[in-house]
Amino acid sequence: MFTDDAGKGGISAGGPGNSAESNRRSGGDLVQLITPGGERVSHPEFDPWVQDVTDEQLGSLYEDMVVIRRIDTEATALQRQGELALWPPLLGQEASQIGSARALRDDDFVFPSYRDNGVAYCRGVNPEDIVKAWRGNALAGWDPYTVNVATQQIIIGAQTLHATGYAMGIQNDGADSVAVAYFGDGATSEGDVNEALVFAASFQSPVVFFCQNNHWAISEPVRLQSHIQIADRAAGFGIPSMRVDGNDVLAVMAATRIATDRARHGGGPTFIEAVTYRMGPHTTADDPTKYRDANELEDWAAKDPIARLKSLLDRKGLLTDERGAAVAAKADAVAKALRAGTINMPDPRPMDIFQNVYSTPNSTLDRQQDHYSRYLASFGDPAEAASEEGAR
Amino acid sequence: MTQMTFARAINSGLRKSLENDAKVILMGEDIGALGGVFRVTDGLQKDFGKHRVVDTPLAESGILGTAVGLAYRGYRPVVEIQFDGFIYPAFDQIVSQVAKMHYRTQGAVKMPITIRVPFGGGIGSPEHHSESPEAYFTHTSGLRVISVSNPQDAHTMIQQAIASDDPVLYFEPKRRYHDKGEVDEALDLGAALSMEKARVVTEGTDVTLVAYGPLVKTAKDAALAAADEGISIEVIDLRSLAPLDLATLAASVRKTGRLVITHEASQTGGIGAEVAAGMTERCFFHLEAAPVRVTGFDVPYPYSKLEMHHLPGLDRILDGVDRALGRPNSLSGLEG
Ligand SMILES: Cc1ncc(C[n+]2csc(CCOP(=O)(O)OP(=O)(O)O)c2C)c(N)n1
Repeated sequence: MFTDDAGKGGISAGGPGNSAESNRRSGGDLVQLITPGGERVSHPEFDPWVQDVTDEQLGSLYEDMVVIRRIDTEATALQRQGELALWPPLLGQEASQIGSARALRDDDFVFPSYRDNGVAYCRGVNPEDIVKAWRGNALAGWDPYTVNVATQQIIIGAQTLHATGYAMGIQNDGADSVAVAYFGDGATSEGDVNEALVFAASFQSPVVFFCQNNHWAISEPVRLQSHIQIADRAAGFGIPSMRVDGNDVLAVMAATRIATDRARHGGGPTFIEAVTYRMGPHTTADDPTKYRDANELEDWAAKDPIARLKSLLDRKGLLTDERGAAVAAKADAVAKALRAGTINMPDPRPMDIFQNVYSTPNSTLDRQQDHYSRYLASFGDPAEAASEEGAR
Repeated sequence: MTQMTFARAINSGLRKSLENDAKVILMGEDIGALGGVFRVTDGLQKDFGKHRVVDTPLAESGILGTAVGLAYRGYRPVVEIQFDGFIYPAFDQIVSQVAKMHYRTQGAVKMPITIRVPFGGGIGSPEHHSESPEAYFTHTSGLRVISVSNPQDAHTMIQQAIASDDPVLYFEPKRRYHDKGEVDEALDLGAALSMEKARVVTEGTDVTLVAYGPLVKTAKDAALAAADEGISIEVIDLRSLAPLDLATLAASVRKTGRLVITHEASQTGGIGAEVAAGMTERCFFHLEAAPVRVTGFDVPYPYSKLEMHHLPGLDRILDGVDRALGRPNSLSGLEG
């Protein structure tokens, strides 16, 4: 039972989800390789896993982070302009997504949530395909097998079981690839996630549970979901875990490499908690001022993942004007293409509604389809008639 | 009488139940400070405290399972399922535990749990946010299933649901949340129409048109449009999907001799099938044509750019009315 209101002993939890509070609650060490000020600090256990990262690669991590932030802000703008029905911003979570995705091999398979669009981009999903579902033009914007990324999951936590099952398949096949499940802190409350941890541990499957603790599940603070560090939960399932600074791209990359390496070599599942912060609203339909303190946002803005890497690059003299301009130009080009692609996206055709319900013919549905096409044909202009239909 | 939105009317009903019975307890995701994603519980946590209006962890099976325990303990939990598509993780608790407890314990343990479910489409949402799962629950004995169509009913029926000793699924048509209507907040629950009863919304003589939830408004609009063509439609709002008020329906069908049923949910195994069968059994010799169903297709709820094709609209309903009347329609000339 949650008993935060000392003495009252009711069922409520509540209270702010600030990180200072959660740090106090457990001894979990937050691994950091780059400080918020942009200083590279050493960590004996994690350093070896990123010592091969060249200056050039540091620059490209920066580029990816800048580009996905730009995709994210462009998609938010497109939503505000009515071009997308909804958008779940990832603002603030760039290092978690790029650092982890860049640590994966092409033949690894990713099971993302709706917010992991930076991961999808990094795996080669076209940004236009990412927004397709949010525009309402598709349920899934891409073919999972072409990029080894499952479709974005909206049912909280369901994908963790899928990743675990996929990993069991990898095991059976004697392969050395890895399945990765991305999910939020709120998701750890769902039965599915807990069952995924049980299966993964039981079968020692090659799966990485990558939890982005962005401190909020819509309006609910992380402490409502867990009274211990999220990473510490894994121990109860017999799964080793790491707790890393999710705004530090190098720390995230190192942790993901450790976890995937363990999985590839038969070491079983690993749980990573990337401690980060959702700087924007939950989705464009949400109003965070109703539940969260503006100071909290300010504190986290000071730990911005992109600003942090930029300071490191500046310190090392790597971010020349030329390089900075090239990155900005790339981000602008991607955003421009996304905008054009979204605005010019062809509308689906009415009869598409009946496609792919089954892989073989179905007489009931065939009849409904026939009747509906006759219905549309009974109007002069079928498309126009149908757009009048329905939602009113 | 006060003008208020549908969402506000439910909020006001919840408030009255919280005031009248200390055992009433609200539970759900984001229902506290945020007031729910649709703001239906707005202000209730502030006024009744975190022990009466509980933000739960993000776990639907957990919400329903703990509600069972609270009910065991004499509480009357009112749980909010954030969106229709998220009820499935709680399905097992609802159909295996909530529904059967009274029967299993020979009446010793009551499950006065109200499950509020914003349901249906028409708001341009992503997947899992526009489903009509009501038929799954009507198929499970021990559950009452109701759906409201207007602010007054929303206000009264939420209180009736909470007061009921049976578990009630209370389906709220989310695309009507902002519709306004007159609400008599002082209406005595005992004097109000029982939540088991269907209501004749518009009287008519040619065709009985049955709807519930979001489509009642569409059905009323269809009746108005048909009146221009000299067709008199009697619109019935089912209100209760389990049990069905077949007596009210039969009285209407005996009068009109024709039946059209409409719902957003897919056709196969839907409420429409049950209404058609019930009326065929009771009114066979009064029916002048086969009952007609105008429903969502047997497809997963489509992406929003196509949802207007899936959802029955006014014209599709009128086409169904034409079929029931044997007037020219889109299927004229087709056999069965
Ligand atoms: C099964 C289920 N229940 C509820 C929801 C509604 N919902 C969507 S996102 C969300 C919060 C998720 O929080 P978290 O897991 O921390 O991920 P984040 O959105 O913060 O990335 C909720 C409650 C859902 N999508 N699925």
